[in-house]
Amino acid sequence: MAERTIRIWRGDENGGEFVDYQVEVDEGMVVLDVIHKIQAKDANDLAVRWNCKAGKCGSCSMEINGRPKLSCMTRMNEYEPDELITVQPVKTFPIIKDLVTDVSWNYEQNKRIKPLLPKADAAGKDFIMMQEDVDRVQEFRKCIECYLCQNVCHVLRDQDKKGEFVGPRFMIRLAGLEMHPVDAADRIPQIRDEFGSGMCNITRCCTDVCPESIGLTDNAIIPIKERVVDRYYDPVAWIIRKMSGADEKREAEEKAADAKQAELQKTV
Amino acid sequence: MAQATNVGGHQSGLAATLRKDNWWFEAAWTGIGFLIFAIYTTWAALQGDHYWHGSYLSPFYSPVFFTDPSAAGAAPEAHAWFGLFPDSLKAIWPSFIPLSPAILILIGPLSFRMTCYYYRKFYYRSYFMTPPACAVGGRPQKYKGETAILVFQNIHRYTLYIALTYIVILYYDAIISFSRDGELGIGVGSVILLINPTLLAFYTCGCHAFRHLVGGQLDCFSCSDSAKSRYGIWQKVSNLNSRHMLWAWVSMIWVGLTDLYVRLVSMGVITDLNTWGS
Ligand code: SF4
Ligand code: SF4
Ligand code: FES
Ligand code: FES
Repeated sequence: MAERTIRIWRGDENGGEFVDYQVEVDEGMVVLDVIHKIQAKDANDLAVRWNCKAGKCGSCSMEINGRPKLSCMTRMNEYEPDELITVQPVKTFPIIKDLVTDVSWNYEQNKRIKPLLPKADAAGKDFIMMQEDVDRVQEFRKCIECYLCQNVCHVLRDQDKKGEFVGPRFMIRLAGLEMHPVDAADRIPQIRDEFGSGMCNITRCCTDVCPESIGLTDNAIIPIKERVVDRYYDPVAWIIRKMSGADEKREAEEKAADAKQAELQKTV
Repeated sequence: MAQATNVGGHQSGLAATLRKDNWWFEAAWTGIGFLIFAIYTTWAALQGDHYWHGSYLSPFYSPVFFTDPSAAGAAPEAHAWFGLFPDSLKAIWPSFIPLSPAILILIGPLSFRMTCYYYRKFYYRSYFMTPPACAVGGRPQKYKGETAILVFQNIHRYTLYIALTYIVILYYDAIISFSRDGELGIGVGSVILLINPTLLAFYTCGCHAFRHLVGGQLDCFSCSDSAKSRYGIWQKVSNLNSRHMLWAWVSMIWVGLTDLYVRLVSMGVITDLNTWGS
């Protein structure tokens, strides 16, 4: 047992202050445990969001000594015994109270993305996906929606371009859909023009903070940027598509898939 | 104790952060490291001399389109693709720039590196400071990412085609460096020249654009025989890609050292150990 000082930001959207708490820290404690102890003993009204305490629900994101982290996965012994630990809410989203922020903007972005549209011949049936195709997109399904990547992304955090960029978490969802073998929807124009793939400057902070170690930049965002290049910035690719009729084929495939969906909905 | 701050206790502005680690270190060493390379490369490219010795050619000067054999340590006429510098080129050559064959070709590798996804990350962090490090305040500016003027970064795959050609050329240089005046042999220089394109190949073949072109652009890896073989290549490229930063630095440092080696040997500052005895 050792007594430590924890500095926690207390306040709401109108402002607030850092308040220092002295806590007895036991061996094996994580930052979230310490916050709970403070909440139980010294500050019953301290607001903190959490759920699983196992790094799987993505609720307990905050900034600890300036670094975006899951508080339930951050061990106290990562810090020097006499180090002051400062805990803040995430920066990028509006504060509700203390350590709790309103991340609903993210859910709004998610709704903008066209979900999987199975190709006409695959719709309404079970389809078999081969392991090599699963392997590439499975990584993106590990996301626990902690939004640490959204928080750290400087496009949203420093430049506040929420109107122009959906953020890394949704780029991986888009990548997973675009790389899906049975998906027929074409999201590339939207990815460039509305979701803002060009706003990301691949500085990789999303990858650095992801608690699920998802290769957001290398495996999702850059591949998406390359698909945008195929479509808009590569004259040779453009000529090949025109000559082979690939554009028409893609459009026809999407139309047929849409029609099939409409038909299936009617029969439900 | 309590101290008043803004909402959430976050500060805004360049370098604002509560991070206590040496967050500036990576941006600083990469920024300074690359600057040293850029200064040396510019200096070496502007020399126009001592880029050739025996059968060794500095990679900064390869391929030699035109040569000026009157310069010390210049490539012989036979080794220049188009012979001597033509008078028409000399006439338009700016007087303040030395007549150096490197100037005609360096744009190839340079454009490749400058549009590389890894270099972009590094110089956006180190030089543009957007952001200098994660969760550290970036330079306040009218940020447009890679949508406005920086949209030209999308030419990267074309610079990749150039870079792949350079690897072939540099391997050719390496192979002929094992023969001097018709006599096969080996020298420290030829080994250095052989390692150089190999490291460049590790870097170039791990390129994100290459990864996309060889297979990443497919939606289905299992749907045809050709897709299956492209998947195999994609996996290998992905392996190299996961160490892309490492290969970027190692190959860059090696190419600089290769030039330095050829230069020093050509200047007579150091002696190349070889079987030719010269
Ligand atoms: S790599 Fe792109 S999406 Fe990820 S944090 Fe950086 S700018 Fe944001
Ligand atoms: S991608 Fe990683 S950092 Fe982003 S929300 Fe998902 S789990 Fe969190
Ligand atoms: S409480 Fe669920 S991830 Fe931390
Ligand atoms: S991404 Fe680095 S060389 Fe292409």
